[in-house]
Amino acid sequence: MTPTPADLDAIWLTLRLAGTVTVLLLLLGTPLAWWLAHSRARWRGVVNALVALPLILPPTVLGFYLLVALGPDGPLGQLTRSIGLGALPFTFAGLVVGSLIYSLPFVVQPIRDAFIAIGPRPLEVAATLGARPLDAFFSVVLPLARPGFLTATVLGFAHTVGEFGVVLMIGGNIPGETRVVAIQIYDHVEALEYAQAHWLAGGLLLFSFAVLLALHTLNDRQARR
Amino acid sequence: MPARLRPTIFAVLLTSTVPVAAAELTVAVASNFVKPLEAMAPVFAAAAGHQLKLSTGATGKFYAQIQRGAPFDVFLSADEKRPALLESEGRTVAGSRFVYAIGRLALWRPEPGQAVRPDMLTADPATRIAIANPKTAPYGAAAEAVIAHLGLTEALKARLVQGENIAQTYQFVATGNAAMGFVAWSQVSRDGAAASGSAWLVPADLHPPIRQSAVILTRAADNPAAHAFAAFLKSEAARKIIQQHGYDTE
Repeated sequence: MTPTPADLDAIWLTLRLAGTVTVLLLLLGTPLAWWLAHSRARWRGVVNALVALPLILPPTVLGFYLLVALGPDGPLGQLTRSIGLGALPFTFAGLVVGSLIYSLPFVVQPIRDAFIAIGPRPLEVAATLGARPLDAFFSVVLPLARPGFLTATVLGFAHTVGEFGVVLMIGGNIPGETRVVAIQIYDHVEALEYAQAHWLAGGLLLFSFAVLLALHTLNDRQARR
Repeated sequence: MPARLRPTIFAVLLTSTVPVAAAELTVAVASNFVKPLEAMAPVFAAAAGHQLKLSTGATGKFYAQIQRGAPFDVFLSADEKRPALLESEGRTVAGSRFVYAIGRLALWRPEPGQAVRPDMLTADPATRIAIANPKTAPYGAAAEAVIAHLGLTEALKARLVQGENIAQTYQFVATGNAAMGFVAWSQVSRDGAAASGSAWLVPADLHPPIRQSAVILTRAADNPAAHAFAAFLKSEAARKIIQQHGYDTE
């Protein structure tokens, strides 16, 4: 049994989605994680709870609200249309937006915890040595927080690869645009194409295991140093 | 056998042979047929004294679950294929398969009091048209056939979005994300007229018939409630409810 062109399309699309989402989440999530680690604002708890919400919400809830909010009559849909982006459901960009929310805690939380673990001391030392804050962040904090960033990158990527419910709700199953691997597997099962389903599902299982194994090995090595 | 186990086994045997006088029947039902079945349940309960417990979902998923011993007594499929496959695999009570409803397709938009005609499909090229997944959903396959019959396959190709089932297809249109969609007539009509939004009832000869079959599964072979329910589905009272909900019957 070999993969069909449609299977390969779905794999490529999934990797593109997960890659885009991971890069964006690292860019957006790092300042947020920094703020969560250092702010004393009273509503920090609220933001922490909001960030963690996708962990416990059923993806169908998230997907349903996204479908309503991003739709042409929804508040976000009117915004995206007024700035010329059109309606986002059933588009790759729509999946990116959904996945950003869905995978947010998997990226922000490890980075935040790494920042907290570093504590204020290294930054104070860097400041005494004359490093400006941004310089200190890149040459002191980032290297120290590397395990956190590694975990965030791997989990953010893998979690987006494994996304199903949100895509099902806002994707519309369009080949090459929104039909990711998880949807393709679902379709194979629904169409009784169990051999094809096995091929993709087994691949996803192996991929997920390999990714987590690599993460733990790397983090262990880091910890022993 | 150790003597001390005997009372336990006796107790188990006793509780597993509860009389079936007022049995509970677990029915796996395709999403599109939930409403008529809910309307029928009290009628059936009053007539036969049995309660229906409904599991709703996609036909293909039910098929896979039943193959692996899911605890359903009766399966109301959205197609003819899956019940026939289960029959050939020996998972159904012989001779229990029959067509309980014939689905009708509708082209639907959520705004009430509007005209809906097939030529409107191509009116605004910027909008989406929703259909159910033709590969997995019978209503999707029917919608694809209608589009082909209208000669619009190429014209609509880039504008079609697919719901995994007919309920999701409806949702895409209801939330305004698609301008129109091919949904089940049963979802949008009551007593032969559009009950929400505006619809065009697609003539039945534009697509292969959407015949929905039911089977009694082997675990319910000795369950009189299952046989009573199958008989009830064929009764005049049940057929009337089925037709009121937008289906044809045989």
